Amino acid sequence: MQWEVVIGLETHVQLQTKSKIFSGASTAFGAAPNTQADAVSIALPGVLPVLNREAVRCAVKFGLAVNAEISRRSVFARKNYFYPDLPKGYQISQYEHPIIRKGSLTIQVGDTEKTIRITRAHLEEDAGKSLHEDFHGMSGIDLNRAGTPLLEIVTEPDMRSATEAVAYAKRLHELVMWIGICDGNMQEGSFRCDANVSVRPKGSDELGTRREIKNLNSFRFLQQAIEYEMRWQIETLEEGGTIEQATVLFDPDTGETRAMRSKEEANDYRYFPDPDLLPLELTYDWIEEIKASMPELPQAMEERLVREYGLPPYDAATLTSSRALADYFMATVGAFGGEPKLVSNWVMGSVAAKLNEEGKDITESPVKPDQLARLLKRITDSTISGKIAKEVFAAMWTGEGEADEIIEKRGLRQVSDAGAIEAMVDQVLATNAAMVAEYKSGKEKAFNALVGQCMKASKGKANPAQVNEILRRKLS
Amino acid sequence: MSLTTADVKRIAYLARIEIGETEAQATLDKLTGILGLIEQLQAVDTSGVEPMSHAQEVTQRLREDIVTETDQRALFQSIAPAVEDGLYLVPKVIES
Repeated sequence: MQWEVVIGLETHVQLQTKSKIFSGASTAFGAAPNTQADAVSIALPGVLPVLNREAVRCAVKFGLAVNAEISRRSVFARKNYFYPDLPKGYQISQYEHPIIRKGSLTIQVGDTEKTIRITRAHLEEDAGKSLHEDFHGMSGIDLNRAGTPLLEIVTEPDMRSATEAVAYAKRLHELVMWIGICDGNMQEGSFRCDANVSVRPKGSDELGTRREIKNLNSFRFLQQAIEYEMRWQIETLEEGGTIEQATVLFDPDTGETRAMRSKEEANDYRYFPDPDLLPLELTYDWIEEIKASMPELPQAMEERLVREYGLPPYDAATLTSSRALADYFMATVGAFGGEPKLVSNWVMGSVAAKLNEEGKDITESPVKPDQLARLLKRITDSTISGKIAKEVFAAMWTGEGEADEIIEKRGLRQVSDAGAIEAMVDQVLATNAAMVAEYKSGKEKAFNALVGQCMKASKGKANPAQVNEILRRKLS
Repeated sequence: MSLTTADVKRIAYLARIEIGETEAQATLDKLTGILGLIEQLQAVDTSGVEPMSHAQEVTQRLREDIVTETDQRALFQSIAPAVEDGLYLVPKVIES
């Protein structure tokens, strides 16, 4: 039988706020255990939650970015369960009335575009961390993370392969960083996915029983976990078994998923509106103000780069893969005053290669946009060739100075003096009689070899167009 | 809607409350009484009335995103039954 996999994702996005969602404790990562766990985070009796405006703003920004409905009124609810890293005995979340509903995100898989529907996105607080290393047979609890604001983004079961799920997760990851609501740091848990996976006979409209893979914190694990889970479910069904709804964990060491809790002991969260929090109402004016503060979205920018700048779609997609990269590109084009394709070639070529080599982010590039623009100017005004420019760029990278200084100091200025080039060409023709003969017998290739010799003789500094012209004239 | 002692035990389990057989029966009687009251309330026709999320007709006030809390770990942990390396210690819990 042909099987089809059906995947929906729930993503926990940690919002980039300074303080917690319901209290003034810091959310900074990596502090000593419990030093950022205030009275609200540890749930001392009598404390009350007070909602962080910035967390709400982040949720609205996301809603606007995915073209969703922004609820003018949403309600916080208590999700009740027992676990020691949740000291209140409930998590404050949103249930029936989430802040964001019905958005969508378009992904690209190969040459096909696909729209993934976003069912909802709701605000909630994170739990603390349990450490199960041996503390004399006990568990250690760090509540620094408790109360960190999260936006849980839930899709419809719209994905049909692990590749599509990863494409969605990556696009979402880019987007939340782009609009500045999440730092995107997956190692630190700022962006983590749960995947709901089921299989069904191809062509069927009914959904199979799903299993939920929890807490996938890398795109690679997401891919591997879904692929393993898919194969496991298909094998189970083909052997005549049934799938039971369950929560499963992915073990990166074995590449397998295993059930964490099965349905029979499934939690009953007994959601109800949190009486400590009032309904959250958003004014039209505030939503409009947030809308006005939004940056151009990556997809819109990508289209604009193709339409207005004439860039190939591949360039446009690459340059808009992160806001920092897009900013760098735009700043360089701005400083140059044009030549987007030349700038794109350099940003995606030499700049990207160097960053890659040194494991750096574009924001850490030692060559800033205005400096790069000044270098590229020297190519377009024929001061140096593209090849020499690479040498100058490498020197700029290691801090030797500005493009012009390096060109002067190293004597890299292109030779455009016709007399000097002619002398050099004569020299080359005299010492490469064999090549000349080949060319004259009709081998065009020999011409290129002669140009190469001339360039070599000039240490790359001769103006190639002039070399070509003079050489043609001399050989005709 | 009528409850059974099994429901009561399940609710008690979810709330992590230890409950004996006699206590379960007594609780069942009390809860059944409360549910009776709720049934009376439910007899009121509320069609067209928007459910309230809170008893007061007011909305949530928002706090500016500023860190106002300082580290009070030592004070908080002075009343904790067991701590080590800054962590609160609890009976081992690991879902397997």
